[in-house]
Amino acid sequence: MQMADAPYNLPDAQGHFGPYGGVFVAETLIPALDELSRAYEACRKDPEFLAEFAYELKHYVGRPSPIYHAVRWSREVGGAQIYLKREDLNHTGAHKVNNCIGQAMLARRMGKPRVIAETGAGQHGVATATVAARYGMECVVYMGSEDVRRQAANVYRMKLLGARVVPVESGSKTLKDALNEAMRDWVTNIADTFYIIGTVAGPHPYPAMVRDFQRVIGLECIEQMPELVGRQPDYVVACVGGGSNAMGIFHPYIDVPDVRLIGVEAAGDGLDTGRHAASLSAGKPGVLHGNRTYLLQNEDGQIIETHSVSAGLDYPGVGPEHAWLKDSGRAEYVGVTDAEALQAFHDLCRFEGIIPALESSHALAHAARLAKTLPQDKVILVNLSGRGDKDMHTVAEKSGIQF
Amino acid sequence: MSKIQARFSALQQAGRRALIPFITAGDPSGDATLPLMRALVAGGADIIELGVPFSDPMADGPTIQRASERALAGGMSLRKVLEIVRAFRQGDTDTPVVLMGYANPIEAMGVDRFAEAAAGAGVDGVLVVDYPPQESEAFANRLKASGMDPIFLLAPTSSEARMRDVGRFGSGYIYYVSLTGVTGAGHLDHGQVAARIPAIREAVGMPVGVGFGIRDAASARRIGEMADAVVIGSRIIEEIETAGEAEAPARVETFIRGIREALDTIPREAA
Repeated sequence: MQMADAPYNLPDAQGHFGPYGGVFVAETLIPALDELSRAYEACRKDPEFLAEFAYELKHYVGRPSPIYHAVRWSREVGGAQIYLKREDLNHTGAHKVNNCIGQAMLARRMGKPRVIAETGAGQHGVATATVAARYGMECVVYMGSEDVRRQAANVYRMKLLGARVVPVESGSKTLKDALNEAMRDWVTNIADTFYIIGTVAGPHPYPAMVRDFQRVIGLECIEQMPELVGRQPDYVVACVGGGSNAMGIFHPYIDVPDVRLIGVEAAGDGLDTGRHAASLSAGKPGVLHGNRTYLLQNEDGQIIETHSVSAGLDYPGVGPEHAWLKDSGRAEYVGVTDAEALQAFHDLCRFEGIIPALESSHALAHAARLAKTLPQDKVILVNLSGRGDKDMHTVAEKSGIQF
Repeated sequence: MSKIQARFSALQQAGRRALIPFITAGDPSGDATLPLMRALVAGGADIIELGVPFSDPMADGPTIQRASERALAGGMSLRKVLEIVRAFRQGDTDTPVVLMGYANPIEAMGVDRFAEAAAGAGVDGVLVVDYPPQESEAFANRLKASGMDPIFLLAPTSSEARMRDVGRFGSGYIYYVSLTGVTGAGHLDHGQVAARIPAIREAVGMPVGVGFGIRDAASARRIGEMADAVVIGSRIIEEIETAGEAEAPARVETFIRGIREALDTIPREAA
């Protein structure tokens, strides 16, 4: 790797991270993506846009989010010190809103009064509906009919916020099918519609744009860690589904030497069972949803169904920049099973009084695993990407409890 | 000259339009596809676009999505699609066959292996929906090296620069998507199509086929007045859906013959 010499500066102008990323869409979407790229290029260098974005993050989202030393839990685990970046304290309860604000501001500048989004568990849908209400935009959220059934509370939240939720009946009736359907809506309604993608995947410029809107997480950490600990962390750990919270905290650290970046994928019932969502650990490169990246697929190149206790990680692909960081060796990727994530969920509830999202619990589980192997003066920073209120139902069910 | 190019030049000399029907391989079953392809030829098809089913057909509307799902449920795969083309070639050495699908099954097989196997099976052209020109120059060249035509899409919103790119990388014909939307959509603006075609033909230097939104003999004839070829997909899949497997070949042949006859009433000098 050349990183020590040349600053990290991907993607290239065509949206490639090495062999990954790019623009793999039908011709009908190309002009819309070109228009979006031009608009985003203009905004990302526009001080007025950046100032407004910063204002919104501060006053509407409540940033900067604090970093919290999980003292009791670290002592209980025994080993390295675990620090939590508290994205769970953001308005709407997760990191997703950072990106939604950025894209909604962009939509407004482009004169698009209608925003659409795909959602799995409903977190990105809720964040999009929230921001659409804030800016007075029409909002349509595509959600697999299976997920609509499983996530009734979030469906109601979106409706309260004024969004229309469209259940998707095609394919496996989950997140990937919702994404297909949102793309179909976009291609049909390009003139007045902005598609707010919720993760660092999709055709260029989405992976870079979503990352840039989420980078605020890592940028804050880089300032906060020295104030708190006197130095940068030894490890940064984040869960990876599509990978937006991980990219947000990793990206500013890529050029910081000696900080190890670890992405944690959902290993479901275990990587050897086939029932998981670990694209980087167990998938192969291919093309889906507009980009080349690691995918869970069968030998004929059909995308296979995934499994995770956490709906937000239940996706057969992953952002192309993660694929590149894996191949280049700058980040490493590991798996955490449903059972391990649930254990970490309960531990954080009991030892710290924080109910984490099941997605973030994957990162917590790996942090605990890692901390045990390290001396007490080592520092692990975990992106606590969301709060777990939305997961009450799932966790109760797993514990055999009925409300 | 490729089989596709030969077919277009013969049609041009006869003053006729090409009729290009689309079906999804394996819909409603693997055994149904060969009789359906023969029925298309008997009804008057000039080129067959054979859909390779994919789990995530992002650019397709509900009709072709359902066809893909039925095909995959029946175990269809890219390898089996190539076997079907090989079997079709036993009885028909003339009718060009174009595979139409998405990138991932091809990348999973490997581009080199795919190009060899497809050419060996008798495939004449390949249209990969999610391979726009900027991502597929090497793929297009690989197809050409094996004697196949890389077919590209153009849309109403495509710029002149993109038309020139497509003209450079593609061969055989251009598939002009006549509306912004997914396959099978209802709204088609004939006036807008008519206005664009001369410029496209000029920029790409090859025949222009028009598809997306053509549903009957009348709309096919109106498109045929301006385009070199008419592509029909979703409407044929609907015929197959309602007919059932046993009746489908006869129904599809009758439907295609209706379109063929309408196209053949277009005066020689039109377009």
